[in-house]
Amino acid sequence: MIRLAKEYFADQRDDDLKQLGQAFHRSDVPGHVTGKTNYFADRSFPGMLHLKMVRSPHHHARIRSIDTSEAEKHPGVARVLTHKDVPHNVYTILILIQIGPEDEQVLAADKVRWKGEAVVAVLADSERAAQEAAAKVKVDYEVLPAVLDMEAALKPGAPIVNEYHGQNYYRYDSGACRKVRFGDVEKGFAEADHILEQTYRSSPIEQAPAETTGCIVVPEGNDRFTCYTNTQALFFSLDNTSIILQMPGHKLRFVGGTVGGGFGGKVDVTTEPIAILASKLTGRPVSFIYSREEEMQVSSPRAAETIVIKDGVMNDGRIVARYVKGYTDAGAYSRHSPYGAQKGAAHYPGPYTIENVWADTYCVYTNRTPSSAMRGFGVTIADFALEVQMDKLARLIGMDPLEFRFINAYRDGDMKAHRQPTEGAALIECMQEASKAANWPVAEKYLRMSSYKGG
Amino acid sequence: MAIRRGRGVAAVNYPTGMNLGGDPSQALVHSTPTGNFMVTLSSVDLGQGLKQIMAQICAETIGVPAELVTIDTGDTDTGPHCMGTFASRGTHRIGNAVIQAATEARQVMLEVAAEELEVNASDLETDGTGNIHVKGAPQKAISIFDTALAAHFKRGRSISGRGMFLVPRSYPEVETGAMKPATCYAHACTVVEVDVDDETGEVTVVSVKNVFEIGRALNPRMVEQQLVGGSWMGLSHALYETTEPYYPNREHGGTDFNQYLMPGPGDLAETEIIVLERPAADGPYGAKGPGEMCANPQIPAVANAIFDAVGVRIDHLPITPERILRALRAQAAPAGA
Repeated sequence: MIRLAKEYFADQRDDDLKQLGQAFHRSDVPGHVTGKTNYFADRSFPGMLHLKMVRSPHHHARIRSIDTSEAEKHPGVARVLTHKDVPHNVYTILILIQIGPEDEQVLAADKVRWKGEAVVAVLADSERAAQEAAAKVKVDYEVLPAVLDMEAALKPGAPIVNEYHGQNYYRYDSGACRKVRFGDVEKGFAEADHILEQTYRSSPIEQAPAETTGCIVVPEGNDRFTCYTNTQALFFSLDNTSIILQMPGHKLRFVGGTVGGGFGGKVDVTTEPIAILASKLTGRPVSFIYSREEEMQVSSPRAAETIVIKDGVMNDGRIVARYVKGYTDAGAYSRHSPYGAQKGAAHYPGPYTIENVWADTYCVYTNRTPSSAMRGFGVTIADFALEVQMDKLARLIGMDPLEFRFINAYRDGDMKAHRQPTEGAALIECMQEASKAANWPVAEKYLRMSSYKGG
Repeated sequence: MAIRRGRGVAAVNYPTGMNLGGDPSQALVHSTPTGNFMVTLSSVDLGQGLKQIMAQICAETIGVPAELVTIDTGDTDTGPHCMGTFASRGTHRIGNAVIQAATEARQVMLEVAAEELEVNASDLETDGTGNIHVKGAPQKAISIFDTALAAHFKRGRSISGRGMFLVPRSYPEVETGAMKPATCYAHACTVVEVDVDDETGEVTVVSVKNVFEIGRALNPRMVEQQLVGGSWMGLSHALYETTEPYYPNREHGGTDFNQYLMPGPGDLAETEIIVLERPAADGPYGAKGPGEMCANPQIPAVANAIFDAVGVRIDHLPITPERILRALRAQAAPAGA
């Protein structure tokens, strides 16, 4: 199924590697396929407690009161945790790279902002007891008007989703959006033979790993805690936990590294801090593992996005202006969405050389399940929008869609909209090979093109 | 009513590593007394095969067979810092850290071998099978096994190295967005053929031909595994997946693999992978990160193929049979009706 097309870029490679370039079998695969590989959950410790979360049934509500008394009396329950137990209850994970403000409560204190938000953690001897006790927690809610889509969120007078931000979008140092300005788009549109403006949308998507998110925490004799976890980023999770629990990093040891699929779904820090806190307060090992339902409906999905693209194109196939507004639905909290939205700004206008570009990317807050990282976020949906737009533009001017891309493809030395010169381009060669492999003929001049400077 | 065939294309690029940089990874390498090598990391293997590829990178750099290298990862008490496995960064960032650590370890190894052979270290080379010899004089040689023993028990040397890789963080200029998002980019072009049933709106993907440019295929078998899997995920994104099919009504959201729609084995098209290699200047042996990119071009290629087949544009993902049927009906309705 795979073929290495060595004829391309042969002048840029010495094919003299000994251990690399070899199709060795993976040393870990026999363990995976015979069930011998150890994952974090393949551990059990005497006296281990199971944590189940009481979650918000409302998109947006004020919490009037929380009554855990019945749950605490349930047989097998060891401890019930609320926001009052969490040392630094308001957090945001990207604070580690100075992307604030802290905007999310580990356990909801005054409000819930999405359906599924964690409110109370119940710890019991068995999963069943924890589940039964969780059902006995009484939370009195005053339901508030919810903002359920980005358009509504950005309307003047919309209810504020997240008071830590104060407005329903993330404020970058550049303002309400990350901006890219290159050339003069209005001039480009004025010169264009055709203008096409289209809107693209996507819905949230689940990472769907085989192994659900979770961790098992063991209190060690020396006042340290070992956290067996399937996080995608061990120190990132450890450092965030250290902040939330106000516990020095040397008290924490995170063990993992062998994970049953992530796809971005395991870079939020949602299970470790509360499980370690529970272990500290009870002195017992604690297991907190998402059910499949929690994995699919509670853990952060890929964001819903809306992308508006307006292009100016000439009859000869040149795109002379591209204007993009991209909106990322972060849901109620930031998590990784401010990062994803600005990654989109860096990506536009795609792998094409266009002299006039304007891009604005917004990270918008709604009362939706918080979105976060997923394979390619910031780019995947942008590419859907860009490449469908390219197809429409080609047809608009009566040109073959593949030839149209050759005309606009970037090459070494071309200045990108974010003002970096193109290096190491290879789009043209990929399209040349695709033309041959798919028997999609293009004019000979396109097969003679090159990504090299002046090619 | 008929099955109609269509074809669509898409071409994309993708940045390697965390957007705007600032994402470090470190590695430590040391030899055992008998010349095996340990690479200590805190990096996470999500199933993509990070451990195998780091073993091959370390082996290539030191000049030993890959099976002599063991990857010890996933413990913050012993492994040096790694920012994490995301953003197509593993091979590029961690691979570069391993190269630096392995280069330092190799230098000590050659110095010890030079003392044993009474020659200059700069005159030595490795044969890749476990021996060190004088350049141009293969008979003047010492095994890495004996070199490690000498280092440990005779010369008192630690054959070890420290490695770190960091792309400095770029801060976007506020008004213009001038910035350096990444140091290298992977590329792809995908052609998809579909059959669309214009009575049911059902789409069958007939074939997917993917061309990927990934810098360097460090292990072609693993490259294939990742790129094929990504291609399938792209089809799944295009045609099936969402957690909230009728949002804001949440009742229809899937809660398990029976309800959450994804393609089954019978829904996966014939998938072809062609790989081009234009080495990245700062890639480990030229490699870029195609892990995320490989799931992207199929999505628009499918959308474009559906238009080619039945003449309707579905600009809202996923492209479900319901959306196609509604669009076909709107297209067939007389103007003004």
